[in-house]
Amino acid sequence: MKQTIFEIKENIKIAKNVFRMTLAGDTEGIIPGQFVNIKLDGYYLRRPISVCDVPEDGTLVIIYKVVGKGTELMSSMTEGSLDVLTQLGNGYDLTRSGDKPLLIGGGVGVPPLYMLAKKLVEQGKKVSVILGFNTKDEIFYEDEFKALGADVSVATADGSYGVKGFVTNAMEGMDFSYFYTCGPEPMLRAICKATDVSGELSFEERMGCGFGACMGCSCKTLTGYKRICKDGPVMRKEEIIWNA
Amino acid sequence: MERLKVNLCGIDMDNPIIPASGTFGYGYEFAELYDINILGTFSFKGTTKDPRFGNPTPRIAECSSGMINAVGLQNPGVEKVIDEELPRLAKCFDKKVMANVSGFSVEDYAYTCEKLDKCDQVGWLEVNVSCPNVHGGGMSFGTSPEAAAEVTRAVKKVTTKPVLIKLSPNVTDIVSIAKACEEAGANGISLINTLLGMRIDLRRRQPIIANKMGGFSGSAIFPVAVRMVYQVAGAVKIPVVGMGGVSSAEDVIEMMLAGATAVEVGAANLVDPYICRDIIEKLPETMDKYGIKTLNEIIGGAH
Repeated sequence: MKQTIFEIKENIKIAKNVFRMTLAGDTEGIIPGQFVNIKLDGYYLRRPISVCDVPEDGTLVIIYKVVGKGTELMSSMTEGSLDVLTQLGNGYDLTRSGDKPLLIGGGVGVPPLYMLAKKLVEQGKKVSVILGFNTKDEIFYEDEFKALGADVSVATADGSYGVKGFVTNAMEGMDFSYFYTCGPEPMLRAICKATDVSGELSFEERMGCGFGACMGCSCKTLTGYKRICKDGPVMRKEEIIWNA
Repeated sequence: MERLKVNLCGIDMDNPIIPASGTFGYGYEFAELYDINILGTFSFKGTTKDPRFGNPTPRIAECSSGMINAVGLQNPGVEKVIDEELPRLAKCFDKKVMANVSGFSVEDYAYTCEKLDKCDQVGWLEVNVSCPNVHGGGMSFGTSPEAAAEVTRAVKKVTTKPVLIKLSPNVTDIVSIAKACEEAGANGISLINTLLGMRIDLRRRQPIIANKMGGFSGSAIFPVAVRMVYQVAGAVKIPVVGMGGVSSAEDVIEMMLAGATAVEVGAANLVDPYICRDIIEKLPETMDKYGIKTLNEIIGGAH
């Protein structure tokens, strides 16, 4: 973990209720699948947001959805500085990907897969990506993933764009060596049911500190009690205990 | 620095700053960030006889200037704390640590305290009779003078180190409980634990926290804490450790003026992991500002 003051460089709307913020500051050591925890004036707890990318210029790119007052305040910021804790969480394990990894993102679960896709493409892997959204106007980053050279499919629940249905519909018939995913828990569960292939999943929970001190986001796994913020947010499919 | 030194129940401390139990784990998450030997000491994660997972999630809810938690005493149990956590802590902390203990029966408290009392690394035992997040234990011992005294007596019988009883603010008359603990042999009182609170999600029309209610902490509760520390310090002769919403060097001085010999910092660690280091660094200049030569001389100064 590192505490850094970042300068807001850009903050723009990229889809319905979804914003992308670019921040300049110390991004050294950040790996795909990690998150940052942002202090906002007037709010007691920090806001945990996944890392979308650390581009070549060393900035930090995050994509977030406006879900409450805190993220609403964030969406209105155009300049100034932010107190951010970085290098939080374990991140994805790139060594397990095999030659043909499949990356599956649902809604605001999409962003952390972007930096992962970039790294996997750099390693010469044949990367496939499935992006799931409720409806057409929520879609973002289809072109950005395509520009990396990934094979991209989009699924919308209402059928307004791409494959009609869920990401699992888009998965049918696909051949992949390993999967990486992030998104709502019902989606994560459905993906694990839909394939025998191994993979890893990024989870979300209400957090206190975000760095393993408060035990606010603990869960039970087959490999023991884990803190989603510190021992996760990425867990291996084989260790997850799905609640009834 | 000499002017920051205090003595808590016979043990010298370099300064009065103590990260509070449940906000500092067993120390090493923070040892990765700064040298935790700069602290007065810290109170480790509330430890029980048996391992506990704690409550279901969500366990956390945000409030104005504070938060609610319902962790429910997640900890690996006293055996593992002694066999694994304390040896690991020894690598990054040379000082005596404060062992925070919780239980579900008088026998539980005595058992766990007796075990920890034998550990060289432990300087003080902080007996938590005030956890609002567990049923059939914790706070139920801290809400009556008789039950709090019974736990105190049972712990004192089997231990040699200073015993501080950590009290709940969720009571009608905290002074009578503090006095009962003093009479039962407690060496000090620490207060306040969290205030029982609740938040409701407007969209789901349900409590945010799975356990419905939880402990409210953070800067919002500071005035309540100062008031209770003042009341208790005015009524007992044993030292008082003050806590509740402390997040600055000024807050520390205010707590000490209210009667605290040492001051714990809780929820603020979770929001700003460097807060205790920063408070210790800022204490000398803050003391200068208010004409304070030594912290020791201001304890109870507002009485």
